[in-house]
Amino acid sequence: MTEYLAVLIFIVAGIGIVLFTFFFSKLIRPHNPYAEKDLNYECAEDPQGSSWVQFNNRFYIFGLIFVIFDVEAIFLFPWAVAFGQLGLYALVEMVIFILILMFGLFYAWKKGALKWV
Amino acid sequence: MELYPVFMWLHDLLESTGIGEPWSTIISYGFLAVTVFGTLSILALFLVWWERKIAGHIQQRFGPMRTGWHGWYQTIMDAVKLLQKEDIRIATRDKAVFFWAPVVCFVAAYLAYVVIPFGENLIVADLNVGILYIIAVTTFTVISLLMAGWGSNNKYALLGGMRSAAQVVSYEVPMAVSILTVIVFAGSLSMVDIANAQQGNIIFNWFIFKPPFGIIAFLTYITAATAEANRTPFDIPEAEQELVAGYNVEYSGMKFAMFFLAEFVNLFTVSAIAVTLFFGGWHGPLLPSWIWFLLKTFAVILLLMLFRWTFPRLRVDQLMEFAWKFLVPLTFANLILAGWFKYAGWHW
Repeated sequence: MTEYLAVLIFIVAGIGIVLFTFFFSKLIRPHNPYAEKDLNYECAEDPQGSSWVQFNNRFYIFGLIFVIFDVEAIFLFPWAVAFGQLGLYALVEMVIFILILMFGLFYAWKKGALKWV
Repeated sequence: MELYPVFMWLHDLLESTGIGEPWSTIISYGFLAVTVFGTLSILALFLVWWERKIAGHIQQRFGPMRTGWHGWYQTIMDAVKLLQKEDIRIATRDKAVFFWAPVVCFVAAYLAYVVIPFGENLIVADLNVGILYIIAVTTFTVISLLMAGWGSNNKYALLGGMRSAAQVVSYEVPMAVSILTVIVFAGSLSMVDIANAQQGNIIFNWFIFKPPFGIIAFLTYITAATAEANRTPFDIPEAEQELVAGYNVEYSGMKFAMFFLAEFVNLFTVSAIAVTLFFGGWHGPLLPSWIWFLLKTFAVILLLMLFRWTFPRLRVDQLMEFAWKFLVPLTFANLILAGWFKYAGWHW
């Protein structure tokens, strides 16, 4: 398990290095804020309202489809690794699994969920 | 276990000075983490310069010329400038989200380097789930882009962040399935095992030469990887002409620099994965293994750079439909057929 210690240390070191560069930059950079400078950029106009608005739900639909297929990919990883030892049974199983999901994809396709409107 | 010779040397050195077991390992890994960061910074500085020279020459310009021989230290001076630049924090931002977005973006890109083999024994830790781990950690980039878009409270940034998330998650699926095809060939998730499986027989053991599945997997992988790295023709999130710069429009100084660094680190990551999965990793004759690895990786990066400067940008609806209606069915069909061929024992 000591290999996974490397991952933990990389997370801590990565955050630490980034925060250190922010800190170092803070020591040498100017700091001169005023109200106009701190406005949102909106092509030099005064910003109109907040940006935190209700957003088009097509992003949400693609998010849902993605979750289905990403979970499927997770199931496929152990299959792909062990495939050499498992033989025909595993192949048929996985073909059935993929076909069911492909059917789902074509259903979403026909329902227009894959259309970016 | 740990393969990195520097790690073992440092570990033994610390042990000999009487530092106990957990600390000697932690300090050694910390040293490696800093070394990897330094290497990545230098690589990113070089890649930015290289990309600007290529862009210049494609457009019949010279690119940077004034700072040193062919402008070789231009990007170093750019980094120094960014370090001294004022950090403009817009008043209406979401403070915590705005601050942590560049950190998450960089760390997500940086974590992949735990398992990328730069050469024979030149790997930080050979995790047995290697490639799955890379897919897992690089997905955090999506969260950082959404954080940057939302935290900025800017309409361009929000639109860029949302588009970016939609695009990256859509191309994640074909990318993972093309990688699965290689795993069926190699029978392992470890990056070292995958590279070793392609050893010998000059270059014809490379997985790209497993016709026709290797080449199809490579083409779908490189397409999806271009989209994952947010590069033209899939640079909808940035789309200078419509969104000014997308998710990072409100960032300046070091925070912007972290997004920029992460972008080029990601470019190197996807190319390094392509080399390990399809082009035999570090294996090659005569030259040291890390030189072979860098040569092959730079060749793939050159390909991605040529894509960027020669292809026009796709429209957002074409981009999404290309992923779901073409790449996903194609990669799944390729995977099933590759599995069948492997089972039947044809070709291999």
